[in-house]
Amino acid sequence: MIYFNNVSKVYNRDSVAMDDVTLTVTSGEFVSIVGHSGAGKTTLIKMIMAEERPSNGSVFFESVNVHKLRNKDLTRMRRRIGAVFQDFKLLPNKTAYENIAFAMEAVGKTTEEIMTDVPHVLELVDLGNRIHHFPHQMSGGEKQRLAIARAIINQPELIIADEPTGNLDPVNTYEVIQILKKINDLGTTVILTTHNRGVIDSIGKRVITMEKGKIIRDDKDGKYII
Amino acid sequence: MTGLRRIIKSGFVSFKRNGIISWAAVLVTTITLSVITTIILLHAVLYSSLDQIKNKVDVTIYFTVGASEDKILALKSSLEKLPEVEEVSYTSDEEALNLFRERHSNDYPTIQALDEIKDNPLGGYLNVKAKEVSQYETIANFMKSDNTLVLGSASIIDKVNYHQNRLVIDRLNSIISGSQKLGFIITLILIIISLVITFNTIRLAIFISREEIGIMRLVGASKTQVRGPFIVEGVIYGCIATVITLVLFLPVTVWLGNNMKDFLGLDLYNYYISNFTQILGIVLLSGIMLGMISSFLAVRRYLNK
Repeated sequence: MIYFNNVSKVYNRDSVAMDDVTLTVTSGEFVSIVGHSGAGKTTLIKMIMAEERPSNGSVFFESVNVHKLRNKDLTRMRRRIGAVFQDFKLLPNKTAYENIAFAMEAVGKTTEEIMTDVPHVLELVDLGNRIHHFPHQMSGGEKQRLAIARAIINQPELIIADEPTGNLDPVNTYEVIQILKKINDLGTTVILTTHNRGVIDSIGKRVITMEKGKIIRDDKDGKYII
Repeated sequence: MTGLRRIIKSGFVSFKRNGIISWAAVLVTTITLSVITTIILLHAVLYSSLDQIKNKVDVTIYFTVGASEDKILALKSSLEKLPEVEEVSYTSDEEALNLFRERHSNDYPTIQALDEIKDNPLGGYLNVKAKEVSQYETIANFMKSDNTLVLGSASIIDKVNYHQNRLVIDRLNSIISGSQKLGFIITLILIIISLVITFNTIRLAIFISREEIGIMRLVGASKTQVRGPFIVEGVIYGCIATVITLVLFLPVTVWLGNNMKDFLGLDLYNYYISNFTQILGIVLLSGIMLGMISSFLAVRRYLNK
């Protein structure tokens, strides 16, 4: 599903974010990418979303080079990916309902579909009572669950979660990871970046370890080893 | 259709939720539209003053005493054929005498002297008004020319007062064209300054939302879906600012109409009311275009990132 072919990203001579990374993620996998801050995890995620351009090499989503897509096709590709970020990236001026409705409107869903699906997905992440709250009226855990609800609403083929538990306490971290596991069990590919040892050990699936922009380990049933 | 409805609704909701930022943008747009309205009114005052001055300028052709009326009327009709001439009015010697008597009705010695002469000492005259002040020279030259139409009249013309008035007419002409040029330059400068200020305020309002624009793109929204609500907000700024501006100018023009009518030479309230539709059209269109274009350009910056 995702294929990195000798990808490097050099910001300047002293700052190499990715160094000749080759990686394949197949459909339905749950892949955790671990590493210290600055290891290149977020750059790798941004490459998939085409938020960053590689200095060398190419990144494929299915069989399409994402950096060769035109603006319109890139928008279409992004609709097939659900993204969750450490800083939530919610629309601050929209309520929980509107944040999710916006993602549905982006893909052209009808008003009726939006009216049925939004309350349903909010119930699913246990935010049924927060439907008309703005992000600033929610706790960190609630914001992250809202971000996950938004990421899954259009049934994407891939969920990218960039340090989703970075700002959360252990209870909320556990809840978020359980939701991601459930999504993966239903067949959606998940790519998760984290530096939380407990999270990785509880998932028990493929773990890729990065250091200084390189992949140094790739374990099928990995543990957090750095 | 649904997409457009959603964009419009989202624009209105954003306008409401952005609170003070939205109203700051409306305020600045109002200032710009007020500048535009002031310019429209100043133009009206300038042009009405210039028209009044222009109307006071004319050229009079005095005829000799006893000149044949047929010849005078022939000259009148040939003058009327000139494209530069707006109007030619004929005052016969009889009328000239009556007007003279009226004017000097309190000047007993003059009237007595006139009565003693018995014959009418005054000749008739033609009063010529040109369309533009600058065209009097052409008309005067026509009178001097060897044109067959004028030729027969040469003997009956006593004097043409253009040459006496020439200095005044030339000066007026340069004042009028100077005022028009100056008015245009001031208008242009004021409009450019206002446009830049408004554009920057709207850009600042959108700068606050730059992260939001990035998130919308990440969620998979198209450029139109992201840009649309901001443009709608820009249009709302323009519409509200138009209403505020036009309402504000109502008491202003009432006051100016009541107190400055003689000074300005024009009742601005009457002008404002009788040209309200045109002023509304210009101000509303300027407001909408200003809001739309500013939003469009400001969002484009963050959309392409």
